[in-house]
Formats: sequence, C-alpha cells, structure tokens
Amino acid sequence: MGLTWMAWTWPTAAFFLFIFAAIASMGVWEYYRPGGDPRRGVFMIDTTRGDRLFITLVGSAYIMLAWIGLVSTILWWPLVISLCWAVFVFRYV
Amino acid sequence: MNKTVNQKAWFFVIPVVVLVAFNAVIPLMTVVNYSVQETFGNNEFFWSGLDWFKQILHSDRFHQALRRQLIFTFTILAIEIPLGIAIALTMPRKGPWVSVCLVLMALPLLIPWNVVGAMWNIFALPKIGFMGHVLNSMGFDFNFTRQPGDAWFTLILMDVWHWTSLVVLLAYAGLVSIPDAYYQAARIDGAKPFAIFRYIQLPKMKRVLTIAVLLRLMDSFMIYTEPFVLTGGGPGNSTTLLSIDLVKIALGQFDLGPAAAMSLIYFLIVLLLSWLFYTLMMRGEEE
Repeated sequence: MGLTWMAWTWPTAAFFLFIFAAIASMGVWEYYRPGGDPRRGVFMIDTTRGDRLFITLVGSAYIMLAWIGLVSTILWWPLVISLCWAVFVFRYV
Repeated sequence: MNKTVNQKAWFFVIPVVVLVAFNAVIPLMTVVNYSVQETFGNNEFFWSGLDWFKQILHSDRFHQALRRQLIFTFTILAIEIPLGIAIALTMPRKGPWVSVCLVLMALPLLIPWNVVGAMWNIFALPKIGFMGHVLNSMGFDFNFTRQPGDAWFTLILMDVWHWTSLVVLLAYAGLVSIPDAYYQAARIDGAKPFAIFRYIQLPKMKRVLTIAVLLRLMDSFMIYTEPFVLTGGGPGNSTTLLSIDLVKIALGQFDLGPAAAMSLIYFLIVLLLSWLFYTLMMRGEEE
C-alpha cells in the first residue's frame, strides 16, 4: 500500500503526526493535572489548555498562510514565529 | 461545589472519536495530501510543495469569490437574526395557535435545498414567475438572469425565506423557557416592553442565539445547492460564492491540487469566524 494510499507524503504524514502528538500530550497532561487549568488571559477570554492549543494551531496556520501570501513558500521563519506564538499563548492567553 | 473527577469516563468518548475520524478527519487528511501535490489522474501524484497555496492566495478570482461570500454571509446574518427574533417575539406562547405557527415556521426547513433553488428560479423568472412578473408590472426592470443586482436580491430573498425559520424556532425555544416570574417582577418594577426585551428576553436567548448565529454563519459560508440551482453563479461570476468556485476548480477543471489548497484556506476562514463569533457572544457568560 505504502504512501500511494490516500496520496500520502512524508511531510504531510509528519504534519499529522505532530497534530496527533499535540492532542495526545494534552490528554496525558489532563490525566496528571485534571481541570484544564482555566484562566482569563491578556485577550480577556476564558481559556483552558485545549483552547490554548486550538488558538496556537489556528494562529500558526494563519501565520504560515500570511507568510506564503506575502513573502515566500520557505517556512523556517514563520515556524520560528509560530513557536513564539505558541509560547505566548500558553503563557499569557 | 466539588467537581467529580473520573478520568475513566473519557473512554465513553471513543465511539464519537472513531465516528468523527471516519467522516471528517480522514477526508481532511486526503485534502491536505492533495494540496501539496499535482495529479493528472491514474492515481499518480507529483510533489508541488506550497505552490498551490501561493497561487490561491494571489488569485484575483479567489479574492473576488471570498469578497462575494463575506458580503452574502454578513448580509443574510444582518437580516435573518433580527427578523427571526422579531417573528419569535410576535408568536403566541399558549393556545391552539402555537402548533399552527410552529408548523408554518418549520415548513421552509423541510423543503430540499435543490427544490428551494428550483422554486425560486421559477418564482423569480421575469416573464412567467409570479415575483418577476409582479416586479416588472410595477415598473421595475427586474431580470435576475441578466442583471447582477437582481440576482443578488433574489439570492438573499431566497436564503431569508428558507432559513429565517431556523432562527425563529431557536429564538422561540429560548423565549418559552423564560419563567413567568421574570415577567411578573418586571411588571411590578414598571418595566417597558423594550426594557423587558433588553434585560430579560435577550439575555435569556443568548445561548440559543449563539447557536443560531453559528449555524447560519457556517451554513451560509458553505451554501452551494440553492445558489447553484438559482443562478449557477451568474450572470457572469456575480453570484459565484466560494463553494461554487471551489466546485468549478475541483470538478469542472479537475485541478485537484489548487482546489484542495483553496478548501483548506476556506476551512480556516470558517473556523476562525466561527470561533470569533462564539467567543465574542459567550464572553462574560461565566460572570
């Protein structure tokens, strides 16, 4: 079957493995520290850890799209920006 | 109040996870895979990287379809939500007319989407359609197959006719759940009808209205059948919304790579708008 099934490629497989790993790590985190760690951050909205992961992923997708649309299709810099965004969201949002 | 912590209860979620995986996640994965490749059929794919995303993001055609989509969505939301609330407020809360009103309101929702498009197409035709004929008799030069403004008018009218009922039913459900004690207290305080609406009815309808706004936002962003049957995206491209444009690219031109990239951008726009609406409408709910 290999990679031809569902037209898989290694980069897209790695992308989905990262997403699943992130969701699974949320589950493990929740198992050891139940309650979701709710708080109200700098955007004045109530968020839990899951909300913060969602905001991180959607925000990163928009950062990548903006970079592709405005600069180039090489995504190392937007990846760095996305990691900074993730730290900001999990720390302050 | 102490919350019961039972982590084993999460196992009950597994059937839903499996179901969602098969009907949403796996197709989405395929779309992501297509979005970075080119295919000419025969199940052969060639890596193209992020070029399709760049092409779509720089495409005037996509920008125009997105602009039309946003105009359509926010216009119908601006009409259907207040109109739905207004109709729900005038509906009886008790007596035999309740059932009559509810059935009448539910009728447009029971009609299949392609039938709605066909009905309005015939209804609005300038020569033989009732609406087209009446408008032309009144002196308007109405022809939705030729004039973009008329096509938009018919499209929005059709959507309002079809979907305002959903807002009415949800708003009505919110209204009938308000206990009489609230109204009695308001009467004792001498509250005027607008004050009752502003401080009792509207806050009590907040949750159902959030659902109504989200449903109409997502549905209107994904609308395809009705405008396709009514106008086919025309005249010209004047009513080509995102979904119609997407189908043209994917099935008409068989450009699966660009169509997949466009689908993902489309998905992200719907996701962001829905999240923003939900977050803004539910803000302060816990207070």
